Amino acid sequence: MSQATPKTMYDKIWSNHIVEDRGNDVALLYIDRHLVHEVTSPQAFDGLRAAGRKIHRPESIIAVPDHNVPTKNRDLPNPDPMSEAQLTALEANVNEFGLDYIPMEDDRQGIVHVIGPEQGFTQPGVTLVCGDSHTSTHGAFGALAFGIGTSEVEHVMATQTLQLKKSKNMRITVTGELPVGCSAKDVALAIIGTIGTGGGTGYVIEYAGPVIEALSMEGRMTLCNMSIEAGARAGLVAPDRKTFDYLRGRPYAPKAGQFESAVTFWAALASDEGAMFDKEIMIDGSEIAPLVTWGTSPEDVVAVTGRVPDPKEFVEASKQEAVEKSLTYMGYAAGTSMTEFPIDRVFIGSCTNSRIEDMREAASVIKGRKVASNIIEAMVVPGSGLVKLQAEEEGLDKIFLEAGFEWRDPGCSMCLAMNPDKAGPGEHVASTSNRNFVGRQGPGSRTHLVSPAMAAAAAIAGHFVDVRTF
Amino acid sequence: MEKFTQITSIAAPFPRVNVDTDIIIPAKHLKSIKRTGFGEHAFETIRFDAQGNPIEDNVFDCERYKDASILIAGDNFGCGSSREHAPWAIHELGFRCIIAPSFADIFAGNCVKNGILTVALPQEDVDALVLAAEAGHDICVDLNEQTVTCGNAQYEFDFNPAHKEMLLDGLDEVGQTLQSKPAIDAYEDKQKLMTPWLF
Repeated sequence: MSQATPKTMYDKIWSNHIVEDRGNDVALLYIDRHLVHEVTSPQAFDGLRAAGRKIHRPESIIAVPDHNVPTKNRDLPNPDPMSEAQLTALEANVNEFGLDYIPMEDDRQGIVHVIGPEQGFTQPGVTLVCGDSHTSTHGAFGALAFGIGTSEVEHVMATQTLQLKKSKNMRITVTGELPVGCSAKDVALAIIGTIGTGGGTGYVIEYAGPVIEALSMEGRMTLCNMSIEAGARAGLVAPDRKTFDYLRGRPYAPKAGQFESAVTFWAALASDEGAMFDKEIMIDGSEIAPLVTWGTSPEDVVAVTGRVPDPKEFVEASKQEAVEKSLTYMGYAAGTSMTEFPIDRVFIGSCTNSRIEDMREAASVIKGRKVASNIIEAMVVPGSGLVKLQAEEEGLDKIFLEAGFEWRDPGCSMCLAMNPDKAGPGEHVASTSNRNFVGRQGPGSRTHLVSPAMAAAAAIAGHFVDVRTF
Repeated sequence: MEKFTQITSIAAPFPRVNVDTDIIIPAKHLKSIKRTGFGEHAFETIRFDAQGNPIEDNVFDCERYKDASILIAGDNFGCGSSREHAPWAIHELGFRCIIAPSFADIFAGNCVKNGILTVALPQEDVDALVLAAEAGHDICVDLNEQTVTCGNAQYEFDFNPAHKEMLLDGLDEVGQTLQSKPAIDAYEDKQKLMTPWLF
């Protein structure tokens, strides 16, 4: 008897969700879960209203405000009327369409990509979408999760499906053991530095190997979160015992009577032995060092012990030109040591690094130390109210406050500076977020992407330091 | 949805690599709850200096490319966020077609929904089109034939057949999918038995 062709995890989830096969690798794909926030949804709700359409399955949606919410003085009126209008529109829309909603005042409120897993809404084997590119985060659970535009948000609301073309399969295997002082963020940056911001375009990336298996669920979320920075719409990690243990007992997770059959189903999702990947990348995890970005693209990474590159080191003329533009924007000369320049501001937060483990990692570095005098502001923004409460239970808030950090309320905050949390023109920010694009954290701001430990150490030293010897 | 069949126009050259969605439309301008009004802020850091004064001779405002409906862009155009505000803003600037060596997946999908054609061509062909754009030559893009023609040069491009159909017909995609409602309902009935914990 001939064996069935071995399948990748992506192949399995894709074929499990085909409603109609439309040929040429195009299918009408069923969407199980949908997260909604205030920025990319108002036009979708308007579209439904204009056409007199209903939401196909309201119970497949959780809505939460995150991008615009202030992270302090929440009892006062929102300082920005445009933000307030967007938050009000979300509340009105969820009421009109009868959706599960976590308001700003609720302890469960937070960044969509933190609360989905935290509530057990994110589960292995599901298709999960959100009008936000960092939806790739949820792939940490073996969910096929990807960001969509507003027209697609409307399409999923009305039909519970998307017409999609299947991506190609890529596997990135990280071997060895991650050195002490490095975390999932360094793995993500190392991968993007290796394959480039366009390296994953057209692919779904499965992360595998001993380093990935050893990561906690929080670490896997950090890694999958940045798949989009490598150009891949989705990342995946095979669900295992850690995944199941994380989910057990969470509000939206399968209830006791169904949990074991769910686990049996989930355990079968991993890629089959011998499954074919269109592209395979191997990275030696033991060689990864704490990384820092020097430029305006997440692929512009260098070890903290390294130097800002010279544009001449790059082969392609277009890249040379991009590097020159980056260095001008960042105010760096080629050859500058990464530990030489002062840092002006520190941001620990975002859907990449705002979970309890990130809080612990940062707190362990700063315990008993003080923020350097040249730092204008150092802030910690937990990813959700529940992360905040947990951290406070562990006394982490006191460590941050005593060191001179601000301890804020949850939201996207200075990752994209839609709320009042911004960096000023020319300021260098040590940031645990995901994008160092021009002006991302405020007009003229200069972002350096780092791990929570590296951001914490930079706050104390006033410049980047090698956290391994700090 | 807006149709796209064929256009002939001069093109604006903007061959910078890794142009991200924050360059196309910065996050601070995403606060509107409408689909319009984003064009004035499109490519803000390219068009205006830190004080908000217009930057002279920028490709988006200069007289010479004022009537361009085609944008010639660099590799990995539209990387970053899923914000559909990016194609909304580009459309408001008057562009209906973008030609580049490659596009970010989400951005390219969002363009289709807004009647903007994204054409991926090899770097050397894009380089040639940049020169043609700078020389003010007309470029013709034909979706049905999947060709880009400029003078004597013609380039063929690949395009997702499902997207092609949508653009050529200008379909209301939601309305179209709702015709498959019986299949969607049948799928749900089957899944309720397979994975009951999801329902």
